[in-house]
Amino acid sequence: MAVDAARYSLKLGPRTKRRKLVNLLMQALATIAALAAVAVLALVVVSVAQRGASALSWGFFTKTAATFGQGGGGVANALVGSIVIVGLATVMAVPVGILIALYVAEFAPPRVADLTRLVLDVLNGLPSIIIGIFVYGLLVIGSGQAAWKGSFALAIIMLPLIARATQEVLALVPSSLREGALALGASRWRTVLGVVLPTSLGGIVTGTVLAVARAAGETAPLLFTTSIAANAVTWDPRQPLLSIPFDIFALSESPDPADHARAWALGFVLITFVLVTSLTARLLLARHRKKLEG
Amino acid sequence: MSAVPSTHPLPERRRVGDRFGDLFLHGLTGAAAAAALVLLGAITWKVFELAWPAITKYGFAFVTRQGWDTIHNKFGALDLIWGTAFTSFSALLLATPLSIAIGLYLSELAPRGARTVIASLVELLAAIPSVVLGLWGILVLGPFVGKDLEPWLHRHLGFIPLFGGSPQNAGMLVAILVLTIMIVPITSSICRELFLGVPTELEQGALALGATRWEMVRGVILPYTRTGVSAAILLGLGRAVGEAIAVSLVLGAGHGIHWSLFVTGDTLASKLAEEYQGSVSRLQTASLVYLAAILLVISLLVNLTAQFIARRFSYERAGGS
Repeated sequence: MAVDAARYSLKLGPRTKRRKLVNLLMQALATIAALAAVAVLALVVVSVAQRGASALSWGFFTKTAATFGQGGGGVANALVGSIVIVGLATVMAVPVGILIALYVAEFAPPRVADLTRLVLDVLNGLPSIIIGIFVYGLLVIGSGQAAWKGSFALAIIMLPLIARATQEVLALVPSSLREGALALGASRWRTVLGVVLPTSLGGIVTGTVLAVARAAGETAPLLFTTSIAANAVTWDPRQPLLSIPFDIFALSESPDPADHARAWALGFVLITFVLVTSLTARLLLARHRKKLEG
Repeated sequence: MSAVPSTHPLPERRRVGDRFGDLFLHGLTGAAAAAALVLLGAITWKVFELAWPAITKYGFAFVTRQGWDTIHNKFGALDLIWGTAFTSFSALLLATPLSIAIGLYLSELAPRGARTVIASLVELLAAIPSVVLGLWGILVLGPFVGKDLEPWLHRHLGFIPLFGGSPQNAGMLVAILVLTIMIVPITSSICRELFLGVPTELEQGALALGATRWEMVRGVILPYTRTGVSAAILLGLGRAVGEAIAVSLVLGAGHGIHWSLFVTGDTLASKLAEEYQGSVSRLQTASLVYLAAILLVISLLVNLTAQFIARRFSYERAGGS
């Protein structure tokens, strides 16, 4: 009885070797892709920091732009403008966003809740420039630009973000808490406002912070609603105010290298704000979820 | 011992207050939800209303006509639709394999400790404001593409029309790369979650049968998540189509329909961002909003399809038929 040695050999055949090789190759490609994404992030952040950090000074934050032809100057009006515009937008978007989330999570019948979520997701997917044109047509035509009109446009962008984030945290609140409150004789609205909402407060705050980080970097909605501004620092939302992202957009299209330097510095300020806030919010959100999920 | 009454009926005032409170909160939250629906309707209505003068003048032929002549008031959208389609689909072509690869790395390969760190770094890429990415694109990426990447491509692959023409610092290729950077974090984080949702017993079954990891990915993970991944890609497309600021910075300006990566051009959204303020006639403004209306219809179609697919996917996976 001759035994076919090759057939029972434990050595890897050529087919197995090829399969292992393909496997290795694919693993390497996936790793490279992930590293490339991280590298691009580092590349963008480092090149903005390199070009922007040197232009930062006390005067940069406290002065307005120098008159034409002199170059340099500060960006105080854009900073104040961004604070006013984004702050007002947050005030507009947060209450409505939380109410929508409460409706979806606590009151709506399943089909209506589904429809509301769909509406929010579609709103979130709309190009921000369309929202800018909508607000332009609704509020700006006939009466001119104003900072609060830009805030309204940003609030439309923040609304689905806040509502979706809040609704997801509300869904994590254990039903035993709700049932406990109801069993103690509390009415529905007292349960919602006294138990459900405070339990998810941390998640709502971080969701809002993420929405603020997103809104602070939006340019397109401000293009038509608050872009023609005086070169002076003012906190009045009834006037059109300059904002950081719009200023970057305007400066980067200028042929003057001094303007590019200011655009880089503003970009550095913006990117630092956005990255720090969204990173902190994400960390807090992860902790909050862990606490709720137990 | 006196008898203890078995129930304490709530005082009348409290009961009325609770009934009123329940109804009021229900009504208030419902009104807020209705407001979101109204808002979506109002946006669509307002855009079409502003575009109406151009829609009545040009009709549907606007969509198929080329050229953008502000002096003779002759406007057509075809060049811009081409610009949008060319940049978005090319960016998608680059971003899809990258996103799937990153999703796979994060769900299957990455060492446990590094997993969340790398995942949040990739997601941070999505947080970079588009105007900063545009600034970087025009002043850092653009010169690299114009001086190094495009001449190299042209030398080696110049016989393909795609790589014909003269290299420039702004143009399609830079826009495609910037859009890819914007799409990848969105699609890859959705892919990662989809891949993590594949039942472990299916994965381990494949491995136990002797499949290599890659064979398990190809045979189990990718087929299982196919619908979800296509929804993620559509969401990426929606983002790419609507990006105005970064694209208008790096794409330059131009017209015509070219099969070249090196030419400058315009997309629907970038044209809007560039020209809306300097618009000189009512007809030009209306024509620009007509572009916005086309963009709105495309974006609604893409998003609704993506949401529909994603919802069917999660319904199937939840055990529906």
